[in-house]
Amino acid sequence: MTVPRGEVFGFLGPNGAGKTTAVKVLLGLLAPSSGEGWLLGQPIGDLSTRRRIGYLPELFRYQTWLSAREVLSVHCELAPLPRAKWKAAIAESLDTVGLTERADDRVGTFSKGMQQRLGLGAALLGAPELVFLDEPTSALDPVGRHDVRQVIRELADRGTAVFLNSHLLSEVEQVCDRVAVVDHGRVIASGTMDDLLTGSAVYLRVAGLSDEAKSQLTSFGPVDDEGERLTFTKLGQDRIPELVAQVVALGGRVYEVIPRHQTLEDRFLQLLGEEESA
Amino acid sequence: MPAVLVIARLTVQEASRRRLLAALVILTLIVVGFSAWGFNKITTVTGSSGQPLQAQQVQLITSQLLIVITFMYSGVLALSAAVVAGPLISSEVESGLLLSMLARPVRRSEVVIGKWLGLAILIAIYAGGSAFLEMAAVDWATGYVPPHPIELTLYVGAEGLALLSLGLVLSTRLSGITGGVIALVAWLMGWIGGVVGDIGSALQNQSVADIGIVSHLILPTDGLWRGAVYAMEPDAVLAALRAAGTVARANPFTAVDPPPTAFLTWVVVWFALMLALAIWSFRTREI
Repeated sequence: MTVPRGEVFGFLGPNGAGKTTAVKVLLGLLAPSSGEGWLLGQPIGDLSTRRRIGYLPELFRYQTWLSAREVLSVHCELAPLPRAKWKAAIAESLDTVGLTERADDRVGTFSKGMQQRLGLGAALLGAPELVFLDEPTSALDPVGRHDVRQVIRELADRGTAVFLNSHLLSEVEQVCDRVAVVDHGRVIASGTMDDLLTGSAVYLRVAGLSDEAKSQLTSFGPVDDEGERLTFTKLGQDRIPELVAQVVALGGRVYEVIPRHQTLEDRFLQLLGEEESA
Repeated sequence: MPAVLVIARLTVQEASRRRLLAALVILTLIVVGFSAWGFNKITTVTGSSGQPLQAQQVQLITSQLLIVITFMYSGVLALSAAVVAGPLISSEVESGLLLSMLARPVRRSEVVIGKWLGLAILIAIYAGGSAFLEMAAVDWATGYVPPHPIELTLYVGAEGLALLSLGLVLSTRLSGITGGVIALVAWLMGWIGGVVGDIGSALQNQSVADIGIVSHLILPTDGLWRGAVYAMEPDAVLAALRAAGTVARANPFTAVDPPPTAFLTWVVVWFALMLALAIWSFRTREI
C-alpha cells in the first residue's frame, strides 16, 4: 500500500479494525510486530522524518493550563521550526482553524470542538509534507466539518499528502482521492473512489416483512437492514422487478423503490459483510 | 531550546500555573511563622527554678526540635514528590497529551529526563527556599544555626529527588494513583527498615542490622535522612550520643556518624539506575 505525495488518502474500517494502530505504527509510537514501512522515503521510526510530519491524534488533548498560542509555540519548539518563523506559522495556523480570536485564552476554557481545531492547527504548523488526521471532525459541528474538508483540500492543493482516518464515510467520499478499507488489521480493499464504487444499490421501503421473510432475500446480495428500510448494497437495476415480486410474494407491502449508484457506505458494508461471511 | 529543556520548562510551568508552587510557598510561610514564634518561646520559657533556660539548654532543645520540624519538611517533600511524580508520565499517556508531542522529533528519553529535570528544579527550589527560611527563622528566634546547613539542605533535597525518581519509574507503567501510593509506602517502609537496622545495631545483631543496610540500598531515602539529622546535631549532642554507646543508635532522629562515602556513591549510582530504568520502561511501552 502506497500513499503518494499530494494525495488525500482515506483509511476506513469498523471500530477496532486497527486504523489508529496503523497510524501509530507509522509514526513510530508503536513498534510493528512484523513487516516494514517507509515515510517520506525513510524507514518508519526515523526521528528526523518527524520534522516533516503533522499529526492530529484521535485522542486529542493539549495542555489545559497553556493558551492556544502557547501550545502552538511548544509544538514550534518541538518540531523544531526556526524561531524567526514561529510568529507567522502560529498566526497562519490559528487563522486556518478559526481560533485567532481565542489565541490567548487558556485551552482549559475551550470546548472539545475548539480543542480539536487547536490540534489540527498544531498538526499544520510549518507546512508539513505529510499530515495524519485521525478522526479529525469527531468533535466538530457541521460548520467545523465543512471547514476541515476545506483545509484538507487546500493541503492537497499545495502538495501535502493527507492520511485521513475517519468513520464518516460521506466525508471521506467528498475529500479522498483514494481509500483503503481495513478490518481485523488487514486491508480488504483499496483503490480510487471510481475503482471501488462501480456497482449500483437499491433502496426499498417495505412493510409487513418478518425476519424470516427477510432472510429469504439473501439471493439479492448483501442487505443493510434498518427495519422497514432495506438497502441492497450490491444489486443491479435489472433485478428490481424480480426483487419487488419476491417481496410481495413474501407478504411485504412496497412503498418506495430507489435505484442508485453505490455509495461508499454501501460498498463499506458490502465489503465487511463479505469479510464476515468469508 | 532542546526538547529536554522544553519538557522541563513545561513541568515547572504546569506546577506554577496549577498553583502548586503558590500553595507550597504559602504553607511554608505559615509553618515558618508558627515555628519562629514557637522557637522564640523557648528563650522566654522558665524552668523549675523559675529562671529562663540557659543558652546551652536553649541550643539543645532547639537543635532537637529543629530535627523534628525538618522531618515534617522532608515528609512534605517526599509526599509532594511522590504525588506529583506518580502521574507525571502515566496521566499524559492516558489523556493522550503525549501523543502529539511524541509524534514530533522527540525521543522518549528526552521526555523522561525533561520531566525529571523539571521536577528536580521544583524540589531544589522548595528544599532550598524552605530550608533557608526555616533556618533564618530559628536563628532570629534563638540564635541557633545547625552545624552543617548546606549539607542539611542537600540531604533533604536528595531525599525528595529519590522519591521523584522512584515515582517517575512507576509512572512509566502504572496509573498516577497507584504509582504515587507505592512510592509513598516505599518511603515509609524505607524509614521503618532504617529503624529496624538501628535496633539491630543497638542490639549488636548483624543480621537485623543488615535489614537497615539493605533497605538503604534499595531506597536510600532513610539513609539520606540520617545524613540530614547528622548535619543538624551540635557537637555536644554527638558527644553524648557517642558516649551512650550503641543504644543511642536505635532512634530514627539521631545519627552518630555522617553517611559513609560508599553510601553516597551508591546514591549517585542509584539515581542513574532509576533514570535508566525509567527511560527503558517508557521506551518499551506502547502508547
